Amino acid sequence: MKRLKSPDAKEANVNVPVIAPGHTFGSITEKISSVVLKRRTSKGWFFGFAIGFSLLMLLLYTITYLVTTGIGIWGNNIPVGWAFDIIDFVWWIGIGHAGTLISAILLLLRQEWRTSINRFAEAMTLMAVLCAGLYPVLHTGRPWLAYWLFPYPNTMGVQPQFRSPLMWDVFAVSTYLTVSFLFWFVGLIPDMGTLRDRSTKRFAKAVYGMLSLGWRGSADHWRRYKIAYLLLAGLSTPLVLSVHTIVSFDFAVSVIPGWHTTIFPPYFVAGAVYSGFAMVLTLSIPIRRIYGLTDFITMRHLNNMAKVMLAMGLVVGYGYAMEAFIAWYSGNKYEWAMAYNRWTGPYAWSYWSLIACNIVIPQLLWIRKIRASTIWLFILSLVINIGMWLERFVIIATSLRRDFLPSSWATYKPSFWDFGMFLGTIGLFLTLLFLFIRFLPVINIFEMRELLHEKEAHEAGGEGHQ
Amino acid sequence: MAEFHSPEALVEAASRARDAGYRCMDAYSPFPVEPLDDIIEKRGPYLPLLVLIGGAVGAVAGYALQYYVSVIYYPLNVGGRPYNSWPSFIPITFETMILFASLTAVFGMLGLNRLPQPYHPVFNVRRFAMASNDRFFLCIEAVDPKFNTGETHKFLEGLSPDHVSVVQH
Repeated sequence: MKRLKSPDAKEANVNVPVIAPGHTFGSITEKISSVVLKRRTSKGWFFGFAIGFSLLMLLLYTITYLVTTGIGIWGNNIPVGWAFDIIDFVWWIGIGHAGTLISAILLLLRQEWRTSINRFAEAMTLMAVLCAGLYPVLHTGRPWLAYWLFPYPNTMGVQPQFRSPLMWDVFAVSTYLTVSFLFWFVGLIPDMGTLRDRSTKRFAKAVYGMLSLGWRGSADHWRRYKIAYLLLAGLSTPLVLSVHTIVSFDFAVSVIPGWHTTIFPPYFVAGAVYSGFAMVLTLSIPIRRIYGLTDFITMRHLNNMAKVMLAMGLVVGYGYAMEAFIAWYSGNKYEWAMAYNRWTGPYAWSYWSLIACNIVIPQLLWIRKIRASTIWLFILSLVINIGMWLERFVIIATSLRRDFLPSSWATYKPSFWDFGMFLGTIGLFLTLLFLFIRFLPVINIFEMRELLHEKEAHEAGGEGHQ
Repeated sequence: MAEFHSPEALVEAASRARDAGYRCMDAYSPFPVEPLDDIIEKRGPYLPLLVLIGGAVGAVAGYALQYYVSVIYYPLNVGGRPYNSWPSFIPITFETMILFASLTAVFGMLGLNRLPQPYHPVFNVRRFAMASNDRFFLCIEAVDPKFNTGETHKFLEGLSPDHVSVVQH
């Protein structure tokens, strides 16, 4: 990390191109594929992978202890029946959403700057959803029976309850995982062909060859490929909104004070996008530096992501304000007691740090100099990640510990295993991420070539083509 | 098979080949080149229609599953709500619709493109490895009624390509 502080704030201006000048189709191919094929695995990679892998071992240890002992090792107990498992689930799912947003919605809106970050963001989605999926499965207590969640003909003669938001969640998350995987894989097929043709080792050639499905770039194939890709983007867009809406239904459809509100779906979706963009920044800032991809992930990308983050932060801020306002305006004493308890009760620290992390500190993003500094963006993205985690903690823990009857009140304290599992899923995420960086092209190569071609055609100004 | 170094040259060559009466040909490029869509013969059914059908089937199947389970197979009275509580069934109906449509889009695309196809004669040409990097190829297939090894070769040479090769198969 040499140039931590950007020397010139203007670098973040819109005039910065999405690809640095001087690149050809060949140089794009060379630069991106060499990360996978030619460059020696760097020390930084081993360092990062080692951290991820150690945390993954912690996860396996935690899961083993959990499965052999029972979910009593977690801190949650009635009335706080949901705690870290659901907090982390929502946090991970939310992080995943930015990937779909970048790859699908920005594609439909023809935001060309998305091209160099979409592959990476999609991979992040996939890994985040995997981490998220672990929690509800393990929270069932008997993960080996998790298939009971799905309707299937069985000898017990029972079937799932489709009126429950938890069932909706099962379908939403499994559909999301499947579609995210398809979207990511379809995007990878032509690049697998490139890696197949460029790799010199026999084994790598065979593996990439198989994964490329024999892609040969035929015009007829490309035509259909583009249609399919666009349709997938069109399908993913409502899907991603529906997934987090359904996640928020897990809360909003219940009657618990602090959960039973109609603002939840939009406010959850905005929060998801917020935390997701923060995570994309957290990951892409070091990666572009270490792998010399600053030509492709330029300050323009970082600046744009910072702006999206700022906008989403304001939407989330509106959500918080509305929650507080409705608690008062509804005249419902349970709602008001809950809100008052959040602000002044034993967990007030979490509420106020959440406000600081998600609303107050990110206002720095208004300043152009801050958006132009990678180190500041990196710090702010971490702050927002923490803030979004706290948001779910506040929603879940403070609402559950005080419901209607004082006789069922309790305090909640997470146990060591709660933290172990959380750090463990971060390990799973990092491990998968480092494997992805090492073995697959982090940037969509063929889209970069197309982008370069469009740019050149644009500059040529209608000589021979429009 | 002729090799070119820019998408514009490929488009130019493909349209001249079409004007010369060749029909069974294919162009290969490292990224989608839009003008080729109108020049190269289209084959097979229309993908968006398949996806629409997939989505419709998904929605009907999703709702039917919930209806069957909640009304016929395992009716449960929850607070006097109707067995067919359709508003609660919308989220899952929506998800299965998206799921089926997406699966149709991906597998439809692969199926109509006849992928996975590990072997194809074009890979016999060594230089074809560049088709996934920065070279553009136009291939006139031997099944074309106008095809004649000598004449087609000459024709391709006339398109000012970087290289012309014969595809063994």
